[in-house]
Amino acid sequence: MSLDPSYLEYPRRRRGMDHDLYPWSNLFDRPAVSWPGGKGVAVCVVVSLEWFPLTPADKPFRAPGHMQTPFPDYRHYTSRDYGTRIGFYRLLDAFAAVGAKVSVAVNAAIAQRYPAVISEIIAAGHEIIAHSTDMNGTIAAGLEEEAERALIGTALDVLEQATGTRPAGWLSIARSQSWNTPRLLAEAGVRYMCDWVNDDLPYAMRTPAGDIMNVPLSHELSDRQIVNVLQQSADSYVRQIQDAYTWLDRESRTYGGRLLPLQVTPYILGLPYRIDAFDGLLRWLKDRDNSWFATGSEVVGATPR
Amino acid sequence: MGTAPQNPVVNDPGLYDFRPYRDRHPIRWPGDKPIAVWISPNLEFYEIDPPANPFRKSWTKPHPDVVGYSHRDYANRVGHWRMAEVMERHGFKGTVSLSVALCQHHPEVVENANALGWEFFSHGIYNTRYTYGMDEAQERAIMEDSIRTVQEATGQRIRGWLAPALTHTTRTMDLLAEMGFTYTCDLYHDDQPGPVHVARGRLVSMPYSLEVNDHYGFAVYNMSPREYADTLIRQYERLAREGEASGTVMCIPLHSYLIGQPHRIGPFEEVLRHIAADGRAWITRAGDIAEHFLAHDYDAVAAETAHPAAE
Repeated sequence: MSLDPSYLEYPRRRRGMDHDLYPWSNLFDRPAVSWPGGKGVAVCVVVSLEWFPLTPADKPFRAPGHMQTPFPDYRHYTSRDYGTRIGFYRLLDAFAAVGAKVSVAVNAAIAQRYPAVISEIIAAGHEIIAHSTDMNGTIAAGLEEEAERALIGTALDVLEQATGTRPAGWLSIARSQSWNTPRLLAEAGVRYMCDWVNDDLPYAMRTPAGDIMNVPLSHELSDRQIVNVLQQSADSYVRQIQDAYTWLDRESRTYGGRLLPLQVTPYILGLPYRIDAFDGLLRWLKDRDNSWFATGSEVVGATPR
Repeated sequence: MGTAPQNPVVNDPGLYDFRPYRDRHPIRWPGDKPIAVWISPNLEFYEIDPPANPFRKSWTKPHPDVVGYSHRDYANRVGHWRMAEVMERHGFKGTVSLSVALCQHHPEVVENANALGWEFFSHGIYNTRYTYGMDEAQERAIMEDSIRTVQEATGQRIRGWLAPALTHTTRTMDLLAEMGFTYTCDLYHDDQPGPVHVARGRLVSMPYSLEVNDHYGFAVYNMSPREYADTLIRQYERLAREGEASGTVMCIPLHSYLIGQPHRIGPFEEVLRHIAADGRAWITRAGDIAEHFLAHDYDAVAAETAHPAAE
């Protein structure tokens, strides 16, 4: 038994990355970032607002949180809808209570189906960023380039029509991209995406269609990861985010500004037995002297290039 | 993936003798410490688009697996530097499990570890290239590549091995001994070093750990950061007590894309503070443990195992 000789050849064994999307960079060697007001920790909340069609699509893959039982999966369809009808409004109240402006990553289908929720987001001064068409709009290698271009374009166009503003930001479902995604997003005029989780500050990626910023929206700190995947309690989630804040706060005093990204999901943290814990966390963050609640666009705007 | 080639039927791998945890040769660590503690940061590089191995997929998703890849890339941009600073603050020198291609991709990380006085051993070329299916010449080639690459980058002659992504062949141990490696981190049958059966020469099994590996803590057992910290302290306390009879080894294997996350590094720092302040630990590196064991204990332990308890 032996392997094909090419398995021991390493054509991309070279200085730097094994691709050309972005150069390697040491977070601790960069010029210190200073957020507005001299704050050290940008707390960037991104809410995922999702609509799951009752018939799931498996190409290129089925989205996390999608239907699970044999058709018709009323159990999960309605549980996800609960997030949009009820949980999201609890989150809005929690943000209002501390004066936080957040980014809401919205499936285009939400704008088409539930315009009232869009109006309320805009009225509250939150940012809307694009989050594909609906939860069947997944992206991965194998998706035809034209289909992906159309999916991105549709999501942006629908949200622009609904809000009057073309979204500056993009979040892919499950942060999953094809080889073409950064280029297609840049080509469509998207200023930043949130899919790559390799940093604690935004950084630029280079594509043939121009540069695009990446805001690393940590999946590790998301409510989906901590509560759903790792099966920890809301109280444990709060403790972990507080520990993260405490560390980043201290680090920021030596090395400059840091990003604390909180991806939250209405049908996870917006439940009655969890929302008070999250509400308390927001108040705790608000009371820190070194925190700055910021939308994705605000964080990108304050990041030196 | 296709159909994987067939492996032979083997039941006992024949790696070592059964040695009961009773009346063992008393290992005495330097300074009469009951427990040797070493930290093994895995400094890795995962390829974004590796070739397929017939026995194991690299990524669970089609390439590019953006979350899988970028999560691991976090280590070299952020996690390593944070983790290394904390280790240095409490006097822990790492023994690096190195994807040796990191010497080419990010020499800055390797140079930093070398400057801190860390030891290196090989964890393969990339953590996306597996040993499964290799013939003897191929497996020898990755060992030679490892020795040469680390020597050139750091001046260190590596003595240890942890197979890339823990992928082995039945030849691995013999080849390691033949090529001058003195210890392997691939076997999980003991809390003390011990001899490994090899065709020629001597090879020490160095206790590494799956159970208190941060990867198991966070990705298998789904622990919170504070639960993981508590786990490490319990592991330490028990092994330190047992080591009074015969010295034990505790390894803390780390991946800085996990432990270097901002919600985990604080609780982890408390573990290092605890161990450093306790005073019972010989805080050291794997190569130093292997050297001490070879010089003082290997022959006695090998003689024990040559005479089963039944006699």
